[in-house]
Amino acid sequence: MNDSKVTINLSVNGQDTTVRVPSRTLLSELLRDTLGLTGTHVGCDTSQCGVCTVWMDGLAVKSCTILAAQADQSAVVTVEGLARGITLHPVQRAFQAEHGLQCGFCTPGAMMLAAWYIQHHHETSETAIREALDGLICRCTGYENIVRSVQRALAFQQEDETPVAAGREEEVSS
Amino acid sequence: MSRKLWGENVARREDIRLVQGQGQFTDDRVLPGMLYAAILRSPHAHAKIRQIDVASAQKMPGVIKVYTGSMVSGHLGTIPTAWIPPDSQLKMVPHPPLAVDRVRYVGEAVALVVAQDPYQAEEALYRILVDYEPLPAISDPVQALESSSPRLHEEAPENVALHWKVGTDTDEVFSGADVVVRQTFRQQRLIPNPMEPRSALVQYNSATGDMTAWLTTQNPHIHRFLMSGILGIPEHKLRVIAQDVGGGFGSKIACYADEVLTAFAARDLMRPVKWTESRSEHFVATTHGRDHYDEVELAGTKAGRVLAVRVKTYANMGAYLSTAGPGVPTILFGLIVNGAYDIAQASAEVYGVFTNTTPVDAYRGAGRPEATFLIERIMDVYAREIGMDPVELRRINLIKKEQFPYTNPFGIVYDSGDYHQTLDLALKTLDYASLRQEREALRRQHKYMGVGFSTYVEMCGLGPSQVAGAVGFQGGLWESATIRLHPTGKATVLTGASPHGQGEETTFGQIVADRLGIPLEDIDVVHGDTDRVSMGWGTYGSRSTAVGGGALAKAADRIVEKAKIIAAHMLEVPVGAVQYDAGQFYPEGSRERAVGIQDVTLQAHLGWNLPEGVEPGMEVSAFYDPTNFTYPFGTHVAVVSVDPDTGEVKLLRYLAVDDCGPAINPMIVEGQVHGGVVQGVGQALYEGAVYDGDGQLVSGSFMDYAMPKARFFPRLETQRTETPSPHNPLGVKGVGETGTIASTPAVVNAVMDALSSFGVVNLDMPLTPPKVWQAIQTSMAKGGPS
Repeated sequence: MNDSKVTINLSVNGQDTTVRVPSRTLLSELLRDTLGLTGTHVGCDTSQCGVCTVWMDGLAVKSCTILAAQADQSAVVTVEGLARGITLHPVQRAFQAEHGLQCGFCTPGAMMLAAWYIQHHHETSETAIREALDGLICRCTGYENIVRSVQRALAFQQEDETPVAAGREEEVSS
Repeated sequence: MSRKLWGENVARREDIRLVQGQGQFTDDRVLPGMLYAAILRSPHAHAKIRQIDVASAQKMPGVIKVYTGSMVSGHLGTIPTAWIPPDSQLKMVPHPPLAVDRVRYVGEAVALVVAQDPYQAEEALYRILVDYEPLPAISDPVQALESSSPRLHEEAPENVALHWKVGTDTDEVFSGADVVVRQTFRQQRLIPNPMEPRSALVQYNSATGDMTAWLTTQNPHIHRFLMSGILGIPEHKLRVIAQDVGGGFGSKIACYADEVLTAFAARDLMRPVKWTESRSEHFVATTHGRDHYDEVELAGTKAGRVLAVRVKTYANMGAYLSTAGPGVPTILFGLIVNGAYDIAQASAEVYGVFTNTTPVDAYRGAGRPEATFLIERIMDVYAREIGMDPVELRRINLIKKEQFPYTNPFGIVYDSGDYHQTLDLALKTLDYASLRQEREALRRQHKYMGVGFSTYVEMCGLGPSQVAGAVGFQGGLWESATIRLHPTGKATVLTGASPHGQGEETTFGQIVADRLGIPLEDIDVVHGDTDRVSMGWGTYGSRSTAVGGGALAKAADRIVEKAKIIAAHMLEVPVGAVQYDAGQFYPEGSRERAVGIQDVTLQAHLGWNLPEGVEPGMEVSAFYDPTNFTYPFGTHVAVVSVDPDTGEVKLLRYLAVDDCGPAINPMIVEGQVHGGVVQGVGQALYEGAVYDGDGQLVSGSFMDYAMPKARFFPRLETQRTETPSPHNPLGVKGVGETGTIASTPAVVNAVMDALSSFGVVNLDMPLTPPKVWQAIQTSMAKGGPS
């Protein structure tokens, strides 16, 4: 057992936070248990499923495989930080539009991975997207609609960058 | 009735919270003063427990209490099985929540630690000293029947959990048939792996005796029913809540020791207690699926007419009988082994066998994938034997449209269908003729492509309660619905179904919106709470829309009925003169005078001026028991390539043509098909639980158990036909399991087609590269492809 504690300064979803936690605390535990951000889920204990994926300094990482201490001085973004106020992120809108989720448990991880992908890649081919999703296990969707969601998110992102397309939030209503 | 939303791809209402990380899954919940439980599990497949020493664990920091089997056994009932198939000679063996003097599988619960934080609970597990005396173990169901094999239970001296026979006498047909084909099949054990691990959080109020249990369950009312008995808590004092549940696939039907123990500790310590399994625990402690050895025989003519089919099955039950376990390889399997074909004679004989493995229960499809696999595979074996195209063979034997309702050899009545239509649509979509040509052309270049079919039917929408009773299911299978219209005309809809990914918050909303003319955004569908929903039987067996939707339609019609009487009073016309359409009540021919359902509802609540004899308020409940199961069907086709140098199978195309009756939300239906297909392909090509000779699960993590990944698949193609079922008011059939049921044999048939020139007739799943490569090598050694 290990009683030592560490102080961690990090920003989570744009907010600066200082926490003191046992040094063995995982980033996923820091988010869920210490900060109460339960949108990030944990689906395995061997770093395979990707359900716990968040962003750390702009990289999509599996938060169950990173010690909270490693996130010191980092900027972490979770599913709770994807939207801008009431405006949902393109991947959030796309996952709903394309039925990219069923039970919703892997969805936060899937979306953080997808959001990272569309920020860094513009390749809309199925093959490229399926390769990019390799770090994710989803048991409900058969991935088909997750792939379509990523393609749709790329399209939404492009529209958002075009000034005429402002104010399309009605896509997610109902 | 106008149908504005029926058939529309309405975006799912549950997504609004789920895409924002605001779902409420069991493990997300934190209660003041909450403690954490961890469970010590047996590392042995079979052992006597000589002694358990918890003294050191008890002294660990943060540890509140350590429980062993002998401490709880007088205070807790055993874990029950709730399916007792008649004439199965079922051996009801005791299953204590914590092992007392013997463990029978790796993962069986041996001790429970409750501590202040989860780390402390986990650490204390390592300080519990258990003195085990290992015993010989057996994991294979056929070997377990040998007289020299270790025995698990005194009550089952031969390890036989059940022996069940069903069907007609097929001996005469077989002895006189021109063609008889025989094949043995292995349907390997699978691990359900919903992405959310199981979890339980239980709070007990010692003053009132009220207990609230947040559980990862597909059927909260069944959990309340069973746990009430095990814990000795009156049913009205136990509230089970399953808010957001992260997938189930059958593995969250069963009542488990883990949640019972968590509840026991919460009551004993008078503090909330939470337990959440790790994925590693899930692999050994959550029920598994399938695990059959099957011997199949088919008798037919040289011209391709099937005369009889006969199945003998050895089904692995695991070490104990899980909640629905005994019903899966019997009722849900044996009664439909003739599949979608008009076969006059059929029989099934099943041995359910105890082994030193994790208990086996329902896994997506539960029995019906196993039955479908057998008939679809043996049809291809037969086709090859008589030199006929498998499509032609299917066309000859499929039940014809005019034969419905069709009574199969087991007395099951198939509702409706046009099986040939789905086959024709599949052939047209794929351009089968050119696919065959392509296959031949590639073969000349020593490239191996295969096309495999599965023309399936399944029995789902469980089901009429009378039948449930007749087949030994220890519960009803009807469903309840309540529609509560508030004074402002907004609606709360309560359903006894308990969706966990299937989207009924949306589809049920669509049903109510259409029937009552209320906007979808004014309707909330509530499920998964035994205090809010009076009773229900939950979500499994593709039953929710067929049965729960049926109850909802009935309730909505009753709302309209009552509202019509009040509307007539408001309009000052006789009730018989009131027309109703889309939320509007009006005198015949005078739509401009219409009063809306919201106005009527307000009047019903105010009660100032109601017609004589009409009660105030606007809330009705309906309990709906279907007249029969529903029988979705279709044609699935897989196109694969096999690399002869590596044995790698690549899925090139996958087409699913399904008929689940009219689709309320085609987008959701399609999503169900996608997920089901990928799970079924998982069985064909990737997944398999492997036990070693000592009963250790060697495929016990995502590193060792191959889950399907996105890059393994091409784009999935789907098509639908719509044949309504006469068995429920909506005409719908279940669709949650069709993909899993149909896809496994389609893919295996495709691989066998690709390997046909190597003379390979059958290989055991999963069809991994080494297995396929080895089969090719064996063929090459005998002279190579024909």
